[in-house]
Amino acid sequence: MGTYIPTTEAQREQMLAAAGISSMRELYANVPESMFIRDSLALPQGKSELEVRAAVTAMADKNKVFRTILRGAGAYNHFIPATVRSITSREEFVTAYTPYQAEISQGILQSIFEYQTMICMLTGMDVSNASVYDGAAAAAEAITMCRERGRVKAYISACSDPQVIQTVQTYCFGSGTEVIIVPEKDGHTDTAALAEMLGEDAACFYLQQPNYYGQMEEAAVIGDIVHAAGAKFIMGVNPIACAVMRTPYECGADVAVGEGQPLGLPLAFGGPYLGFMACVRSMMRRLPGRIVGQTTDVEGTRGFVLTLTAREQHIRREKSSSNICSNQALCAFTAGVYMASMGEKGMKQAAILCMSKAHYFAGRLHNDVGWHLKYDGEFFHEFITLCLYPEKVLETLEEHGILGGLPVEGGILWCVTEVVTKEELDRAIDIIREVCADEADI
Amino acid sequence: MNFPEDLKYSRTHEWIKMLEPATCLIGITDFAQSELGDLVFINLPKVGDEVVKGSVFCDVESVKTVSDIMTPVTGTIAEINESLVEAPQKLNEDPFGAWIAKIEHITAVEDLMDAAEYEAFCKI
Amino acid sequence: MKLIFECGTREQHLHLMPACDVPEVRLCEQREQPLDLPHISENDLTRHYTALSKRVHGVNDGFYPLGSCTMKYNPKINDEMAALPGFTAVHPLQAESSVQGCLEVLYKTQKYLCEITGMDAMTMQPAAGAHGEFTGMMLIKAYLRDRKETVRTKIIIPDSAHGTNPASAVMSGFTVVNIRSGADGGVDLDSLKEAVGPDTAGLMLTNPNTVGIFDRNILEITRIVHEAGGLCYYDGANLNAIAGVVRPGDMGFDIVHLNLHKTFSTPHGGGGPGSGPVGCKAALAGYLPGPVPVNKDGRYEQVMPDRSIGRVKANNGNFLVVVRALTYILTLGREGIPDASMNAVLNANYMMSRLKDVYDMPYDEFCMHEFVMSLDRLRRETGVSALDVAKGLLDNGMHPPTMYFPNIVHEALLIEPTETESMETIDEAVEVFLKLYETAKTNPEVLHQAPVTTPVRRLDEVGAARNPILRYEKA
Repeated sequence: MGTYIPTTEAQREQMLAAAGISSMRELYANVPESMFIRDSLALPQGKSELEVRAAVTAMADKNKVFRTILRGAGAYNHFIPATVRSITSREEFVTAYTPYQAEISQGILQSIFEYQTMICMLTGMDVSNASVYDGAAAAAEAITMCRERGRVKAYISACSDPQVIQTVQTYCFGSGTEVIIVPEKDGHTDTAALAEMLGEDAACFYLQQPNYYGQMEEAAVIGDIVHAAGAKFIMGVNPIACAVMRTPYECGADVAVGEGQPLGLPLAFGGPYLGFMACVRSMMRRLPGRIVGQTTDVEGTRGFVLTLTAREQHIRREKSSSNICSNQALCAFTAGVYMASMGEKGMKQAAILCMSKAHYFAGRLHNDVGWHLKYDGEFFHEFITLCLYPEKVLETLEEHGILGGLPVEGGILWCVTEVVTKEELDRAIDIIREVCADEADI
Repeated sequence: MNFPEDLKYSRTHEWIKMLEPATCLIGITDFAQSELGDLVFINLPKVGDEVVKGSVFCDVESVKTVSDIMTPVTGTIAEINESLVEAPQKLNEDPFGAWIAKIEHITAVEDLMDAAEYEAFCKI
Repeated sequence: MKLIFECGTREQHLHLMPACDVPEVRLCEQREQPLDLPHISENDLTRHYTALSKRVHGVNDGFYPLGSCTMKYNPKINDEMAALPGFTAVHPLQAESSVQGCLEVLYKTQKYLCEITGMDAMTMQPAAGAHGEFTGMMLIKAYLRDRKETVRTKIIIPDSAHGTNPASAVMSGFTVVNIRSGADGGVDLDSLKEAVGPDTAGLMLTNPNTVGIFDRNILEITRIVHEAGGLCYYDGANLNAIAGVVRPGDMGFDIVHLNLHKTFSTPHGGGGPGSGPVGCKAALAGYLPGPVPVNKDGRYEQVMPDRSIGRVKANNGNFLVVVRALTYILTLGREGIPDASMNAVLNANYMMSRLKDVYDMPYDEFCMHEFVMSLDRLRRETGVSALDVAKGLLDNGMHPPTMYFPNIVHEALLIEPTETESMETIDEAVEVFLKLYETAKTNPEVLHQAPVTTPVRRLDEVGAARNPILRYEKA
């Protein structure tokens, strides 16, 4: 069996003696006899490192890794600079604890302060926290932030990621908040319905931008509608799109959240990802989770410390608005390194590449395959094409090492990111044309 | 440690200054602020809130703790001292000047102590 | 030390991506707010983060005896496995047939953790312990709703509990009833009996408790709650004392959460990502958030439990963290898991025995994997507090233990050495603690001034809270 216990048999005898204990069994004297696990656990026997490596690698090998990925829907295959992996795998950052002892944790604290600043820069908002679990949890926590006496209904666009809607509904089952879905019309939030539905008891409205179908929403107009009803405006944004689109701040958002996975985190079958949360200054104290602040030490040297801690569970306990303790710190750190590596130029370039390539692909699908877009509004890097036999198309693409778009009602939700070359897109088109030709023959 | 003569005091270390028959100002005492340490924030009630004697009506935060502030009177919040949000240190520096709220339409009051009784109470 | 925004010049940037190979398309409405991200060369970028890394203290740097956190060694094979492209390059929405390896990881981990905890079913979805607690509370809520027992609105929690317990209960719509701990640190049975009733939804408890003692009345405690019609929830933060030795399921618990970043060696990352799987008995399995992987004749599928509470986050939990935990479980195996726990308990008792003649131990019996010291008397006699001693430890290159937790002990220092520390390391740490005690008695001012050797001295936390500066702004 593998073990990380460094003490020797002889040392353990010494330690038992020093502690005045006759045997290991005596250490568990308080445990009722009947409760001891008698036979060994029904687990495999421990293995040597060589065997463990083989066993786990065998599991990894059972997964199919695609050379070209044209699927998004909440998880995006972006370019990750070499600096990111190199810096974020440093053991100092990986094995550190939460920076409660600020004097020896300035590295962690400063890196989180830098991350918070970069999230504010990206979203245009005033204040950011140090992360929550993912974009879906962030949406749910944002709704909690907006609850007030008399305003207890949460509205969410039907054009949001279904997993976000589900998570919000689960959290709201806990808090007793009614969740009302505002319908979709032509691939966008139905603004007329929204204006009608928002009443005096509306706490907030959540809008995804770009939305789940890839379409750009009229966020500023919606913001006005929401504020006119006295409710708060939450935007769930794609961080890459933020580099070029009108920011949540510019659209009047009170809270901006989103899935930060595109900021240097691998797809990793869904986790660990990153929930970022930013807000206007007036809502600062409603942010959940850890926040790093700047201060000075007794000698006047600038330093950083966890602050506004009286909001949190370890102090407020049953009076805290969120229970969050551990967050996604290393993922937030990763996002910070990514944004620093990419800089303004890189982030804007990545966004433009994504959008341009996606439009190129959509154009070729239309002109050379004959597939229409389901929605004809402006889109960023995702779009749905209508298709009668998505399974056949996707299956064939997969045989060629291409993960096609996500099959959705009536079609396929495609995503193109900056890592996909024109050649790869042209190749995909060729394969799809062949499938269509075959289908036409049938 | 100060114990102004013209105020009344609760057992939970709040002071009351009666204004008209059914209105008062409320704050925390010098003893309270010294026990609580440096205060960094106060979660003020809202104007219009109904408060009930013997219950919590707001809380104050230090870096490491949250402490409930009780009201010894039943009534309605008429005004709140918003300046405390930006400058919570006033509660430490000038506890009897830094009123937290003005409560009106008072219908019930707990038994309160005068300055001498409260001073003795604090010494226990 | 400069912030990254204070480094570099406007002209500097990395050349990372090629020019656009298709016609450029831009959004109609673009952002006007500037995007002032850092401008920096790759060399200076790397130096900045290297400098930051020297101002960090990880398990890799030294002894980390944080009570309730289980800062054990983070094995490197775990990191290597979590970096395999077969895991990192897989999209969460790929067809099941193409992710059988990922589903196998989730399935096997849940199966092994069920075995360790004595549960029947488990979800790997929650991303942290508190997230697991929230999930567990929601299982209770949904279960009671379906049994039309919504009059049960109270969760009973000991006053010694971690703050996430009451916070999670309230997030789920329950109210909290706090019960006293007895003089022995365990649950006061009278207080518990008074607290249970027809409005009891459940109990949240950790055992060993937060003062490091295994509550010998545990079967009685869970029986009292069950008899009153409530469910019993186990906070798995302290599982490192008993994994493989005793099962929470055998103690009478219906629901458990685990902290993979504590008991199962996954790294803390400066505050996360962790993972908080939630296990439960069969009666509650239908309520688990989903989907969960099931094994259908050797093929894995994702299935939504039939009465699922839904989702507590998107996708499949912190998957790469689960890969690390599975690697660890495979390494230790059936003998290694209990062996680790027993050695964790031995190390804690050894360290306690070497300190108890000098430091006050409020609970005078053998501890489990952690023990608490009270510096209350020391503070009254010398003015030196637990905080001062902790800051003194920093000057000796040691990360302090957990301070001021649990609430029921004054001037607490909660120490958990874990099983991966050598006797030499423990002895060295003991010497430091003893030296600091002497310093407190003979020269307390030194400790009031500590730390002096760290990159910054004590920080103005009051100023930070009164005037929050939460981001960099160009002057």
